[in-house]
Amino acid sequence: MTTVSAERLSQIFVEVADTLVADFDLLDFLHMLTVRTADLVGASAVGLLLADQRGHLRFMAASDERARLLEVFQAQVSEGPCFDAYRSAEPVVNADLNQAGTRWPEFTRQALAAGFQSVHAFPMRVRREVIGALNVFGSAVGGNFDAADVQIVQALTDVATIGLLQERAVRRGEILTEQLQGALNSRIVIEQAKGAIAQAHTVSTDAAFVLLRGHARRSNRKLTEVAHALLADPALIATLAQEGRPAPNPT
Amino acid sequence: MVDFSPGLLRAQVVSRVSSVSRPGDLSRPGDRVVDRLRRLCHLAVRTLPASGAGLSVVAKDGQFSLLAAADPVSERLEELQFVLGEGPCVDAAADRHPVLVPDLAAEGSRRWPAYAEAVLAAGVHAVFAFPLQVGAAQLGVLDLFRTRAGSLTGAELTRAVSLADDAVLVLLDGQERRAIDGDGAPADEPLGATTELFQAQGMVMIQLGGTLAEAMARIRAYAYAQDRRLTDVARAIVARELRFDRDE
Repeated sequence: MTTVSAERLSQIFVEVADTLVADFDLLDFLHMLTVRTADLVGASAVGLLLADQRGHLRFMAASDERARLLEVFQAQVSEGPCFDAYRSAEPVVNADLNQAGTRWPEFTRQALAAGFQSVHAFPMRVRREVIGALNVFGSAVGGNFDAADVQIVQALTDVATIGLLQERAVRRGEILTEQLQGALNSRIVIEQAKGAIAQAHTVSTDAAFVLLRGHARRSNRKLTEVAHALLADPALIATLAQEGRPAPNPT
Repeated sequence: MVDFSPGLLRAQVVSRVSSVSRPGDLSRPGDRVVDRLRRLCHLAVRTLPASGAGLSVVAKDGQFSLLAAADPVSERLEELQFVLGEGPCVDAAADRHPVLVPDLAAEGSRRWPAYAEAVLAAGVHAVFAFPLQVGAAQLGVLDLFRTRAGSLTGAELTRAVSLADDAVLVLLDGQERRAIDGDGAPADEPLGATTELFQAQGMVMIQLGGTLAEAMARIRAYAYAQDRRLTDVARAIVARELRFDRDE
């Protein structure tokens, strides 16, 4: 495990603090956090799962949201490092996927197929509750976390939890439920929008996501808001491709 | 590639249901959607610490219509929100997440002055509103009322969210599809909630040129008619092996 650069780490926390103001876009924030975490620790992919009301882990955000990777994240509904971290409230660290076949049979099969070799998972904790887990994948065995790395990634996971709750102390349990249900629903809106764009432009859902994100960024609007707008008025979807299309003869 | 375009009526149910104004106005024989939702409200009162329950749908123009209630008092409390234009139900639909008010006396007057006053006068001290939604498809709201103040426990919240999910399925599936199992709730939906299913909903929405709710109803009807799992159907749709066309 490469030593985490203190400067890069502090940059991340400044960026996080800047975005943790009222009216930020939760899904964009979680995406940013997974990207920064992956970059910081040299991971192949970082994903975040949230538990729904029934306690099943559902995909929320990832540093790499390609379809084949989403499957690996989603395979942890009832088995896998995230599931273990969620249930035990303890991190799962330095798991070698080549040795994990008996521990998590189905998850390991999918993770290896996706090219991952190692995995870690960190619980998202709120007082005595765990609301989800952060997943870190490595493409090389021996990308081990030491104690300092574990602390740092757990801290980043805690930041994700704070962002989700939008306040530093949960005043009452109702806010947690309301926010979680809202977040889970927002994720669904993003996926529905991906499908609509993919259909309208005959592109893959991955390409559709690029179009969606690009449009949100260019128009300086929240991802979820744009997704809602497109689904409410599908005629708007036609304008997306025109913006995103590269110049035919780049100079 | 398979084109699936027989004359299914199920997608029509959603628009029909959302245009109903009062349960009492229904004279259509065999319209079991409202019956099932009324039973769901009764189930909520029986299995949760709630003294009343009401369920409303949101029509295309954003107007609420009461669809079912456990009893006349619940019906009045439910309608009050539309009349006054404020309340946990209205916020739940607007904000797209549950609005849980364990102590209406403590925080109700600040957030919903007119509504809180009226509801407290009726002896209700807690209100829990759950939007009936799947992503961007907003179908309505399920409201629980209670004379006693206090929070719902985690298990009770799970049960309430589960009932809300059941209500969504009843609205989507219409009266024809699923048999009601022993405890009066629609048979439990297998864990088909994958990203592929939601993507498929968006795709079919564009294919049909209609609403998300219609797309959802259509996908579910197909899965049922073909006896296929929702996840399989969703995968086929996303892989473009299966598409749907608007009925003639």
